[in-house]
Amino acid sequence: MRKIWWKILCIVIIFYVIIMGFIGPVPRLPIINESIRNTYFHVALWFAMTILLFTSMIYSIRYLSKGRIGDDDIASEIAKSGIFFGVLGCLTGSVWANFTWGDPWPNDPKLNGAAVGILIYMAYLLLRSSFEDEQRRARISSVYNIFAFAVFIPIIYILPRLTDSLHPGSGGNSTFGSYDIDNDIRKVLYPAVIGYILLGLWVAELRIRIKRIRRFHEEELIKTGRL
Amino acid sequence: MKRISLILLTLLAISGNLFAQAGDTSVAMADKLREDGKIWVVVAVVAVIFAGIAINMLRIDSKLKKIEKELNIK
Repeated sequence: MRKIWWKILCIVIIFYVIIMGFIGPVPRLPIINESIRNTYFHVALWFAMTILLFTSMIYSIRYLSKGRIGDDDIASEIAKSGIFFGVLGCLTGSVWANFTWGDPWPNDPKLNGAAVGILIYMAYLLLRSSFEDEQRRARISSVYNIFAFAVFIPIIYILPRLTDSLHPGSGGNSTFGSYDIDNDIRKVLYPAVIGYILLGLWVAELRIRIKRIRRFHEEELIKTGRL
Repeated sequence: MKRISLILLTLLAISGNLFAQAGDTSVAMADKLREDGKIWVVVAVVAVIFAGIAINMLRIDSKLKKIEKELNIK
């Protein structure tokens, strides 16, 4: 993962998204008007977060089956960048909702589901910080991570669709596909998701490397008997 | 693989010009802004900010690489 090309790709994609996201053509829809461009920034953020949390879960499973502490490092740091995206998603969604739905936090099942989901992941971080022993922390928080993702998907993607929600694809609302069918949006949205995923992985990678350096340093100290 | 992705990228770049904006102006959009409203300035500012962030990340990356080299971590 220490190759440079995917980081350059990430930068190029995000520049493309910034430029095309503002300048590119979008469908003309009432009420959301020009704010449909938020699809590239707000919606893509949530998609990227889901993929990141899924990747984190995969690494947790890998840790549990192989027992290598490095996998737990990867899982926790990717989860952290996913949670970061989730918090940003809540904030950006609040701004968008304020101007299109008239309320920064309408009582929408999807919003409340997302808030609960973020809190579940906050508990993951809290759980991690409450163990001294490394292996114990890794084992218990890996199990928690798997359960957290398994709860997260229903409360953020499935349950809101069973009731009435302001978000597309819920209740009587049209699905995401009906405005996403517009190819102009698709051409920027999908690169945006990839760009965000790469950015999240990049941040996670930097943190993982810092963690490895710290672990190496500690081992050196133990070896030389200074600790 | 490289050639295929290059061709795909070129096709994507070309296809961008094929979709003309619909002439319907009944829904209010920022048409004026795009005509002469200097939206490019905003795009440029956002792009500069992101360029700064990207350069910063790349520098952190190279610094970490240096430390890893010193410590002989893989």
